[in-house]
Amino acid sequence: MKEKLVVIGNGMAGMRTVEELLEIAPDKYDITVFGAEPYGNYNRILLSPVLCGEKAIDEIMLNDLQWYEDNNITLHKGVKVTNVDRKACTVTADDGTTVEYDRLLIATGSDPFIIPVPGHDLPGVIGFRDIKDVDTMLEVSKSKKRAVVIGGGLLGLEAANGLMKQGMDVTVIHLMDWLMERQMDDISGDMLKNSLEEQGMTFRMKTSTSEIQGDGKVEKIIFADGSEIETDLIVMAVGIRPNIELAKQIGLHCERGIVVNDTLQTYDPKIYAIGECIEHRGMVYGLVAPLFEMAKVCANHLAAYGIGIYTGTITSTKLKVTGIDLFSAGDFIGDDTTEDIVVRDASRGVYKKIVIKDDKILGAVLYGDTIDGSWYFQLMREGTNISDIRDALMFGQGHLGDSGHGGNVVANMSDDAEICGCNGVTKGDVVKAITVKGLFTLEEVRAHTKASSSCGSCTGLVEQLLETTLGGDYTAPEAKPVCACTEHTHDYVREQIRTQKLTSIKDVYTKLNWKTKDGCAACRMSVNYYVISSWPEESKDDYQSRFINERAHANIQKDGTYSVIPRMWGGMTTPKELRAIANVAEKFDLNTVHVTGGQRIGLYGVKKEELPLIWKDLNDEGLVSGHAYGKALRTVKTCVGKDWCRFGTQDSTGIGIKLEQLSWGSWMPHKFKMAASGCPRNCAEATIKDFGVVCVDSGYELHIGGNGGIHVRVTDLLTKVDTEEEVLEYAAAFCQIYREEARYLERTAPWIERVGFTYVKESIVDDAAKRKELAERFKFSQDITRSQEDPWTERSTKGVDAHEFTPLKVIG
Amino acid sequence: MSNWIEVGAVDDIPVLGARVVRNGDVDIAIFRNNNDEVFAVTDACPHKQGKLSQGIVHGQSVTCPLHNWKIDLTNGEALGPDEGCTGHYMTKIESGKIFVEIN
Repeated sequence: MKEKLVVIGNGMAGMRTVEELLEIAPDKYDITVFGAEPYGNYNRILLSPVLCGEKAIDEIMLNDLQWYEDNNITLHKGVKVTNVDRKACTVTADDGTTVEYDRLLIATGSDPFIIPVPGHDLPGVIGFRDIKDVDTMLEVSKSKKRAVVIGGGLLGLEAANGLMKQGMDVTVIHLMDWLMERQMDDISGDMLKNSLEEQGMTFRMKTSTSEIQGDGKVEKIIFADGSEIETDLIVMAVGIRPNIELAKQIGLHCERGIVVNDTLQTYDPKIYAIGECIEHRGMVYGLVAPLFEMAKVCANHLAAYGIGIYTGTITSTKLKVTGIDLFSAGDFIGDDTTEDIVVRDASRGVYKKIVIKDDKILGAVLYGDTIDGSWYFQLMREGTNISDIRDALMFGQGHLGDSGHGGNVVANMSDDAEICGCNGVTKGDVVKAITVKGLFTLEEVRAHTKASSSCGSCTGLVEQLLETTLGGDYTAPEAKPVCACTEHTHDYVREQIRTQKLTSIKDVYTKLNWKTKDGCAACRMSVNYYVISSWPEESKDDYQSRFINERAHANIQKDGTYSVIPRMWGGMTTPKELRAIANVAEKFDLNTVHVTGGQRIGLYGVKKEELPLIWKDLNDEGLVSGHAYGKALRTVKTCVGKDWCRFGTQDSTGIGIKLEQLSWGSWMPHKFKMAASGCPRNCAEATIKDFGVVCVDSGYELHIGGNGGIHVRVTDLLTKVDTEEEVLEYAAAFCQIYREEARYLERTAPWIERVGFTYVKESIVDDAAKRKELAERFKFSQDITRSQEDPWTERSTKGVDAHEFTPLKVIG
Repeated sequence: MSNWIEVGAVDDIPVLGARVVRNGDVDIAIFRNNNDEVFAVTDACPHKQGKLSQGIVHGQSVTCPLHNWKIDLTNGEALGPDEGCTGHYMTKIESGKIFVEIN
């Protein structure tokens, strides 16, 4: 028989938990939900746009009544829970309903704090919390002109802005010296006030309310200094209070909120609590972003999986007021031990301040230009050492090498601007999907629109769209799980593979409680890579967890045929090799013969069954696989060097061939390209490769982390060495540290930007012992996995994977 | 009229793998999953005709190698928000041999 789960509170926190739970354990519980409001579940953070008239109520519904029915959830709406009997495990509501529970989830949210001045209970005094409040405001605005908002914080200003949009004259009363003092410093607070005044809002700062007067409804408000204003509506937005009445009444331990542990469990083990009503590690949250992290953890424990803990959320804020760009996060004030970097451009209306301590960002406040808000926030949460990028920090991510998440101008883009070039998805498509389908996460946007689901280079843009569309309440998850099959991150999975010595995908899935028996296309490829790269000797490569190109050792084309690209060591070839390629092209009727960007020749349109035959012919003339299909070393591009070129300083083709012989066949997190140029004129374009060598008269400059792809990034100069032996040792060490530390499908450029160039340099240049160990491990892996046996030969003459290349049967 | 045709042994297909049965002009992809269940669908993704036999098999579905559509192998339908369907064939296993129903 199913257990019974009762949820008190039909808001975002409670229902997000139920959704997460249905996904991982759909049959565990009979679910009953009590909601005080007479609706399904709606997106409370979009009430501001509703008030502004930018959205309708039905556009912000997350789960309509049909959803509850479809999922067999009993919903008691418009009903208030009056008691919980913790001994008998029953919940009683004011309509007389009594329901038993095995597990209870309290998600009662918070209430607006109403200042208890005389007259606070007059009709026309409201908070800004739910659909009813918004309805009241819209109703009053139809016939009346004057409104007062008490509280110049985030919520108060959004309410004031909405009322102004509805044509009312709005005065904002604020107790403090400047607006939004919890999110802004005095300078940005004043800038905000000026902009809002220009839009027509009136302010009374440093003012406290002493009384509200009226005959049967609000008529005027009187301040502590004795002055007064006539008004038809008063919105109190001075803060929220966790709604813990019920919890207190039934004797659950509460401080400011219901106290929960890291699994969202209250002091009664049968009762969980989540959302704005809880206090966790001394923190009470009033934003929506933490809910999603809490919901995941809570659902996991309700499902009795027992993994994952909630450790708190660092939040950031954005104001949802049209025409005002404002971002703030963390400690933006600072103290004696911190430093500030400040940019202030009054005529552009731009102010940016970043607070730094020990080379890490503690907080930021941005006004007028918030494009880089999410980037600073990411640097802050990840604790990235910013000393390498300090000089460019204030100018934004666009002024770095730009290999990360690319152009960050999403706010200025038109709706028909293409966000995802791979799948042709526009900004309008993404925004529409987010609002209409009620999406909250990157994964959901990927599933519904395909944006960011191919090459991933637009991930940052999609995250920004989530942020701008949902308001500041969206936070990119701090640590992204590998995929929907697990809660664990790439880094955690790899660490466990190493510490627990997990040598097969099956071990990983069992020990780390994977949600699916055999994973999905995303995690199987990642985990397979982590296993074989961590335990080259003990593990076995699982070909069914390889993308088809690596499984078949050829690149699948759109029509289902394959390409064949043999290796040309260091870009050198011979008449004999060229003849072999020409013969194969004619013999197998391959009409497309293409010179690739990596100095080799590609043959296209090959039928899969013919691959082994073609490989055999090429092998016979000494040609081997170019791994043009793999997350592996691709090519080592060279110029002819000092043998021919009048400018050449070293034997660039020679070193190129040696580099290729060293590293070919090694599986990497992503494709890996090298180049060697014979002089600083750099004809081989070595400074946009993952590892580049630029020969100079006195030796070799080594460059790392370049990328000529989606986002062009110029390499960082790692060091200069004197001999070819050193070049090879550094190359091996760099390959290995990349293999061991970058996440699967992370190119060297974004990896270096993530971990910091200084870290890589310290590991490879400054620490000679570590460099030698890395190089040794690379060579060990190359030897032990016999990666340098040609995969084509194994398949063309040694019968490996014969099933891959022949039909099971031909009939008809 | 239905017509059950033997196409090979279960063990001819790798676990979590696929093979192709060539039926005239039509390729049928035969899949074997982790529970030794066998499925057969037309070897063309409803999206852009990617060869599903070249995809990655998991649970009772396959991810197309071209654009990551997920296809339910029990009925040929696209999963998740994607919409589309490829041809589906009944299969049965008798004494380790796979039979596909061809109409």
